[in-house]
Amino acid sequence: MSLDRAEPRVSVRSDTPPFDITRPALIGVALLLAAMIALPMGWLLVYAFTDRDGYATLANFATLLTDAAFVEPLKTTLTISVSVSVICGLVAAPLGWLVARTDMPLVRTVRTLVMASLVTPPFVGAIAWEMLAAPNSGLLNQFWRALTGAPADEALLNIYSLGGLIFVIACYTFPYVFILVANALDRMPGELEDASSMLGAGTWATARRITIPLALPTLLAGVLVAFLQALNLFGSPAILAIPAGFHTLTTKIWSLFQFPPKPQLAAAAAVPLLVLTIVLLRAQAVVLGRRGYAVLGGKYGAPRLIRLGAWRYPAAALAMIVLAMPLFLPYFALFNTAFSKMSSRLVGPETFTLQNFRFTFGELSATMPALQNTFTLAVAAATLGALLALLIAYTVARKAIPGYRWLSFLATAPLAIPGIVLGVGLFLAYTRPPLTLYGTLWILLIAFVTIELPAAYQQINSAFHAMHPELEEAARMLGATRLRTVRDIVFPLLRSAAIATWCFIFVGVIRELSAAVVLFTSETKVLSVLIFDLKESGDVGAIAVLSLSMVLLTTLVVVAANRFAAGSANRAPGRIGG
Amino acid sequence: MAAGSVVATVQAAPAAEAVTPALIEAAKKEGKVTWYTSVDLPLAEKVGKAFEAKYPGVTLRVERSGAERNFQRIGQEYASRIYNCDVVNSSDAAHLIIWKREKMLAAYVPEDVARDFPAAHKDPDGMFASWRITLSPIAYNTNLVKAEEAPKSFADLLDPKWVGKIVKAHPGYSGTIMTATQQLSRDLGWTWFEKLAKQKVMQVQSATEPPKKIAQGERAVMADGGEYLVLAMKARGEPVEPVYAAEGTPLVTGPSGIMANAPNPNAARLFFAWSMTAEAQQLNVDAGGLRSAHPAVKEKAGVRKFSDIKTLREEANVVADKADEIKARYVKYFKV
Repeated sequence: MSLDRAEPRVSVRSDTPPFDITRPALIGVALLLAAMIALPMGWLLVYAFTDRDGYATLANFATLLTDAAFVEPLKTTLTISVSVSVICGLVAAPLGWLVARTDMPLVRTVRTLVMASLVTPPFVGAIAWEMLAAPNSGLLNQFWRALTGAPADEALLNIYSLGGLIFVIACYTFPYVFILVANALDRMPGELEDASSMLGAGTWATARRITIPLALPTLLAGVLVAFLQALNLFGSPAILAIPAGFHTLTTKIWSLFQFPPKPQLAAAAAVPLLVLTIVLLRAQAVVLGRRGYAVLGGKYGAPRLIRLGAWRYPAAALAMIVLAMPLFLPYFALFNTAFSKMSSRLVGPETFTLQNFRFTFGELSATMPALQNTFTLAVAAATLGALLALLIAYTVARKAIPGYRWLSFLATAPLAIPGIVLGVGLFLAYTRPPLTLYGTLWILLIAFVTIELPAAYQQINSAFHAMHPELEEAARMLGATRLRTVRDIVFPLLRSAAIATWCFIFVGVIRELSAAVVLFTSETKVLSVLIFDLKESGDVGAIAVLSLSMVLLTTLVVVAANRFAAGSANRAPGRIGG
Repeated sequence: MAAGSVVATVQAAPAAEAVTPALIEAAKKEGKVTWYTSVDLPLAEKVGKAFEAKYPGVTLRVERSGAERNFQRIGQEYASRIYNCDVVNSSDAAHLIIWKREKMLAAYVPEDVARDFPAAHKDPDGMFASWRITLSPIAYNTNLVKAEEAPKSFADLLDPKWVGKIVKAHPGYSGTIMTATQQLSRDLGWTWFEKLAKQKVMQVQSATEPPKKIAQGERAVMADGGEYLVLAMKARGEPVEPVYAAEGTPLVTGPSGIMANAPNPNAARLFFAWSMTAEAQQLNVDAGGLRSAHPAVKEKAGVRKFSDIKTLREEANVVADKADEIKARYVKYFKV
């Protein structure tokens, strides 16, 4: 540690500046981070434990635990989260295994398509599924009636139900589990399996005895991620549960922000979400902590692929059917609505129209400001977030300041804060002096950076672990300050990891709704909020056009950024596995 | 009727103000105006475009949400001293009463309002005037329901044959529905709502959505919603038909006012004055299916005349005091 101090008496380093500003800069980052998280969470807790006049009370929690209007949403939320995580595990594990460990055709396509479903905001998916499976006007139900001759008021599917909601949430949550599982299987050494088969075990025995036990911790971790996602999602329940006449915890918290606002109750209702998330994250850490042996020893030979034989094509077909749920069917519905006069009718010569495009881009006065706000925020948050993640990861990996462990903790802590809870906290914190940020883009920027930081940090962190400190040490010995070392050595080496992180945050910001819906004002509306607004007035044509444009623009930016990353000469070190 | 009638005798309104070249110039200098409204979005944008065409150089930004949402938003923004709103229009007339009480409105009486608007449709102190009038009728999809089988009254909606077939909007979001809920709960009693809630009603938010849902065929009947959308959709050939219930149809007045802290006060006055002219009001009626308080405006052909419809009595001043109670009661029955 003492080496970090620029000791003027060390003559070898006489040409270095007398004072290295790196440390104060890093400490500044740490303090900023602490404030960013402590301020909203502090106010949240203050509100949760006070009454309207500011006196300390537990009454908010008493209301929460006794009033059926709160107990029911809590139960519903838990039902949804458990079901979603089980479904995701059941779907993602076999799919991940097929992609990583078998000779199924179209493996690359499947992986790309899963990533594409990740780019689709869950609330857009929910709206698209309304177009498909609303009991009467849903295209799939109409198709089913046409096929079977069932009467007009009978429906095959009803998306406005608990089951419908669980299904839609699972559609856009399973990619997280899939990616975790597929990556773990990718990295799993093939030697163990080889050994197993050399000892005479058949393909299936090997799978059962070696592959599954090795992958199980990751799968469990993935299931927990799915649980957390389902627990904290706001958009899909707001779109599907309220028409069906029930609330989840997030929509309830949000309804407490409607007139007459009850911030104390909202804050109190946020506490169970917060506590549950923290507990589950601890559980996940314990589970993932055991994962170590799966990747022990780093890179081995490529894993052996299991021959599916006659099952190759059925397996690929199955994968495509799974992907139809988050992708093919919803996008079909969105395109249909975008070009149709009435979303419940198929586009044909008589129903074709460009009116939705004319309206969205020619008449809707909120479109351009929302696009502008969204992209400004996405670029700013991605840049700031990636930079912050890089600085923190560097500080932690190279132990650059005392208490660096705290920094790591702080950077991961927002993971425990559901978007809507953070939104409520930020609202309470920044609608008062000294920092009245509500009404500006800054409050949204803080929200987005905070929300995306943990994942960004984890990505960059794993890249750091793949990078040996030798190069930096050389630079430091030649007299470069830490800051210069970071700029000249670390950044270039981590370039592709940083760009991947940048894209990750960018996509995350575009699809963020739960915090934005609490924090926006008319001047700071973002696309997700605009789409949600349009949803509430039933303007589905404009929603379809905006959603498709949003996904298109996101994809273009991500592709461009990846081109940029691929164009860099030294992309080998620190490449992100996925 | 509108809130104004309650205190109509207090004093003479401020003098009427003409749209002067100086006002137009000043408005152009500001260059923009933000209009918070709860009217259906495509109509709001159409109104905006017509205004921009009339006064080039002033851009109108529509901020559309449910009236109750806008009310909450303005309250939240004002509490943080954020003044985004220039002109506000609400389908819950009670909001204007409350904003006036809180001294959040600026007095301004355009010539049309002073000269033509009936007393019931303008505030005696010149703080607001009825920009729009509509109803919240029942309506049905003509492909799914035969005319003779359609409900004739609110009581009919409680028939078991409508279980799972009704769509309805929310008084916590929509001012139209808040206004209608007060009238219906007064005249039919809350028991009617309690029974309606057992009909497996599809609960949407905006009063603009039930007409869209029945046009899509998602539900056969709407229990409430904006009449203007039903009329406009019917005129476009969509299979929707309004029903003016035997008990009477809730009357919904949507006044507009100028915010005292309007960031663009001149453009606000220009837009407000224009929006009350016979020309603008006629656009509301022709393109939007709305009703108008302006006597020079002609009713739309093929639409039942306003005077032929039995309407329920609007009590904005009651809503102003009881909105929270109404919402709480509603949530108790409908759960969301």
